[in-house]
Amino acid sequence: MALSGFFLLFFLLMHLSINLLSVFSEDAFNTVSHFMGYNPLIQFLMQPILIAGIIFHLVMGMVLEMKNRKARGVSYAKNNAAANSTWMSRNMIITGIMILLFLVAHMIDFWAHEIDYKYIAANAEDPTRYWEELHHKMGDPLHVGIYVVAFVFLSLHLMHGFQSAFQSVGFNHNKYTPAIKKLGTLYAILVPLGFIFVALFHFLTQSH
Amino acid sequence: MSDKGMNLTLKIWRQKDSKSKGKMETYKLSDISEHMSFLEMLDVLNEQLINEGQEPVAFDHDCREGICGMCSLYINGEAHGPDRGITTCQLHMRMFNDGDTIVIEPWRAAAFPVTKDLIVDRSAMDRIQQAGGFISVNTSGNTQDANAIPINKSDADKSFDAAACIGCGACVATCKNASAMLFVSAKISQFALLPQGQVEAKERVDNMVKQMDLEGFGNCTNTGACEAECPKGISLENIARMNREFIKSAVLKDK
Amino acid sequence: MSVLNSKVPTGPIKDKWTKHKNDINLVNPANKRLIDVIVVGTGLAGGAASASLAEMGYNVKSFAYQDSPRRAHSIAAQGGINAAKNYQNDGDSVYRLFYDTVKGGDYRSREANVYRLAEVSANIIDQCVAQGVPFGREYGGLLANRSFGGVLVSRTFYAKGQTGQQLLLGAYAAMNRQIGKGKIKMYNRHEMLELVVVDGKARGIIARDMVTGEIERHSAHAVVIASGGYGNVFYLSTNAMGSNVTAAWRIHKKGAFFANPCYTQIHPTCIPRSGDYQSKLTLMSESLRNDGRIWVPKNIEDVEGIRTGKIKPKDLSEDQRDYYLERRYPAFGNLVPRDVASRAAKERCDAGYGVNATGEAVFLDFASAIQRYGKERAYVQGHKNPTQEEITRLGEQVIEEKYGNLFQMYEKITADNPYKTPMMIYPAVHYTMGGIWVDYNLMTTIPGCYCAGEANFSDHGANRLGASALMQGLADGYFVLPYTIGDFLADEIRTGEIPTNLPEFDEAEKEVKDRIEKLMNIKGSKSVDHFHKELGKVMWNNCGMSRNEAGLKDAIVKIKAIREEFWKDVRIPGTANELNPELEKAMRLVDFLELGELFAVDALHRKESCGGHFREESVELDGEQKGEAKRDDVNFKYVAAWEWTGNPSEAKLNKEELEFNDIELKQRSYK
Repeated sequence: MALSGFFLLFFLLMHLSINLLSVFSEDAFNTVSHFMGYNPLIQFLMQPILIAGIIFHLVMGMVLEMKNRKARGVSYAKNNAAANSTWMSRNMIITGIMILLFLVAHMIDFWAHEIDYKYIAANAEDPTRYWEELHHKMGDPLHVGIYVVAFVFLSLHLMHGFQSAFQSVGFNHNKYTPAIKKLGTLYAILVPLGFIFVALFHFLTQSH
Repeated sequence: MSDKGMNLTLKIWRQKDSKSKGKMETYKLSDISEHMSFLEMLDVLNEQLINEGQEPVAFDHDCREGICGMCSLYINGEAHGPDRGITTCQLHMRMFNDGDTIVIEPWRAAAFPVTKDLIVDRSAMDRIQQAGGFISVNTSGNTQDANAIPINKSDADKSFDAAACIGCGACVATCKNASAMLFVSAKISQFALLPQGQVEAKERVDNMVKQMDLEGFGNCTNTGACEAECPKGISLENIARMNREFIKSAVLKDK
Repeated sequence: MSVLNSKVPTGPIKDKWTKHKNDINLVNPANKRLIDVIVVGTGLAGGAASASLAEMGYNVKSFAYQDSPRRAHSIAAQGGINAAKNYQNDGDSVYRLFYDTVKGGDYRSREANVYRLAEVSANIIDQCVAQGVPFGREYGGLLANRSFGGVLVSRTFYAKGQTGQQLLLGAYAAMNRQIGKGKIKMYNRHEMLELVVVDGKARGIIARDMVTGEIERHSAHAVVIASGGYGNVFYLSTNAMGSNVTAAWRIHKKGAFFANPCYTQIHPTCIPRSGDYQSKLTLMSESLRNDGRIWVPKNIEDVEGIRTGKIKPKDLSEDQRDYYLERRYPAFGNLVPRDVASRAAKERCDAGYGVNATGEAVFLDFASAIQRYGKERAYVQGHKNPTQEEITRLGEQVIEEKYGNLFQMYEKITADNPYKTPMMIYPAVHYTMGGIWVDYNLMTTIPGCYCAGEANFSDHGANRLGASALMQGLADGYFVLPYTIGDFLADEIRTGEIPTNLPEFDEAEKEVKDRIEKLMNIKGSKSVDHFHKELGKVMWNNCGMSRNEAGLKDAIVKIKAIREEFWKDVRIPGTANELNPELEKAMRLVDFLELGELFAVDALHRKESCGGHFREESVELDGEQKGEAKRDDVNFKYVAAWEWTGNPSEAKLNKEELEFNDIELKQRSYK
């Protein structure tokens, strides 16, 4: 979980930085997006790795949850879990499933469209279309709303996930762990906020 | 000091033996002094039940000073009750108020089957210790002098802090995954921090973790509930150290 | 002519153990596999013995009434373990540890045993460190020592306030290693209820599986009893709730002599009783007396005020307080030995000066230590004119560093903040020096039946020094018994497995089943605890810190009456074929009710005062020591080993005369 988690943490950062480009420069965003969409290394090596990483994280998460539920056996009639742990740490499966649902929508939204464009409809390469497509998609309030809510769940997931990943690989040191926890909170707030910002930026700058 | 005792409603898990089905039963108690310990309150209940011709509630306890690790009890949704840094036997009734309803359940974990009422079978923890919770040195008295190897004080202190575990099982009971990682990591850490423990470090962590999984304990998801409820304040650092030891062993150990 | 043969080897005391080890019989490794040993109890003595015997190759069967060997009450020992390592270069030696222990025991222990204990003490520390016991260390990485009451050197090794826990977990780990290898078969939640003697030798036990109620037969070539002390005969003590005399008492009834039952240690600093529901007393470490001053009000009017809460202890000025230990024992003050401090507290409380509602408490006050330390620390930190608040704050800081965990424990139990108001303490039963009589080999008067640790009588005489119990338990288990048991077992290599269908097993099992059936069928009206509390009251009032002839005679009558009443009117709910805590308690109380009587008989016969045994008739009548305990070496310099004849009051007295060749007998003085 932790290793795939680290990988996904890194991926999120990359994804966010590309998204942020769309705020600053239409051209730069188009260039990078085109590179990502057509570079064979990205398409046929990195993309499968990413998909594998996500599936691994997901499947392991499910397996872990099922094993852990079995380990409890009978549940308590009264359980005051809030007294000793955070909501986020106890509900990774819920925030995780919400993110998964979002991912499905997100894939239909962008990835399915790309596959259709590139391989099924077999359109010619157009290195200038990406910004426009993104900008257009973010014009729908429902669409943006779903994205914003999903990022809130992502934030909750990261609140626990970031520091938990360090603990799982054995990194806990009384000097550095407090800093890692702070960094984790910061990451869990700023990264989803960044995504929300990009989505809202496009929504609010629609020219209609 | 209030002269009038408390009136309480107790909801207690009753189960005849490991094979029977259990259920919650409700009891009323009156005139409970705030100076009583929680277990003394249960003694009073049992005395009342015996006088009424009913079967008393079975619960584990022995030293009643917070060190033997025998007492357990999930009280109002928390292992060892609402206070911190103590076992159930050190919990006092002044933590409760007149008119309270107190729910008392046994530790719940697939690896801790209920033996009777509030008593559970924690032998899984012993079996984990038997798999590797020791340093293989025979009794002879002819080992080297105790001061032959100086040990860094901070490591020795941390080793002690880990060794302070009383094996009560509160960590398992409170963990949403019924994971025994805090318990297992405490023993692994105690030895990992001492030069004497290095010799068998790789085998130890391997064997103990293997046994832990066999017993049906859950996995750690780092919620930190165990550390918060541990009567001896065993730190999560120990789990991280165990994870390190485990990775080290997986990478370095011979086939 | 005494029937008791202590089998102490001849020769100079310092060579006895070495010589003995060279002389006794050994069992060859291949033959050890053919021999079974039963060990009852898994505390320091039992756990260490089980592990060591299994390592040597014997097949060991260990029994514990708790759910794991790690729960044994050795775990509760706080202070430390003595060893003559002389790491502090303060002149310690095996002889000094030997001398201090014999003197501390008020010259009522067997010299040769104590010397051996001192001799192996150093090995214990080496062994424990090798096992990974995390003792306290100095910044240089070497082991730290602290000093304990009654001695002039620093020889106590410790692991914070949990030394017993760490040592026990060491022995438990050693056991686990052998359990994992199948060399120890562990029987948790099993209680030994009878010894089986075949042809005069201990050959097995009858035990009850406490979960299923099944009565089981277990055979072996030798049986080791390491079941701890019998302090719970007083109902309230610092012992664990389940600590009991049953294993020891059962072997006594089968022929093992019970020695000096009246030697009980009453520890001066425990948290007082708060009400009738009290189930157990909690010890506060002896180390507190280093900085706490013990007092009660000087004027009886103030006592009333304090009890009702009208006066706060702080309101009383210095000259309204009676620091009675400092007054009576100016040389040792608050640091007099445990027995002396306990009796002095009782004397004040009996005179009506007890400071809590029950009238059984004295103050242990840290106010002056806080001021003293506060001034010191302020000076060190460069405050030349510290304010009163600053001094108090700094002083409390120092006290917290030294005793933080104890102060916290006190506050959790009493809800009083001991930094702000004095602690209330009162003596409580803590340890029993008496126990099963054993020879130098730790064998009882039943061949093949051994007894180790607190359960035997051997090393502490009439009073035990602090930090010596852990030392004795581990010495017996790790270093003495594994050697000496071979002397007996060497003759057993051709015996073969002991069958459990012998008539002796039938008979012992029937005896147990009859006892259980009889108890279950009483169906009386009162709970087991009711009778145990009654017994405890008699023991505490008549056989407690101070004893006299009339009181002891009265105790014998009363205990008999309680016993009769118990057998008529006890109510045990449930059945015998299930987990039944009330039945367990009843089985234990059956034996306490007999032991209590023998206790009183022993105390009555010993007309001297020695160590923890104080007879009001035997005090110094004049001179500087007026009113203090008076030992009688002319008439009582012996071990009283009682032989069961069918009734505790008719037990036969056997005497083992004590010889003091290496230490001169002296009167203890703390004035």
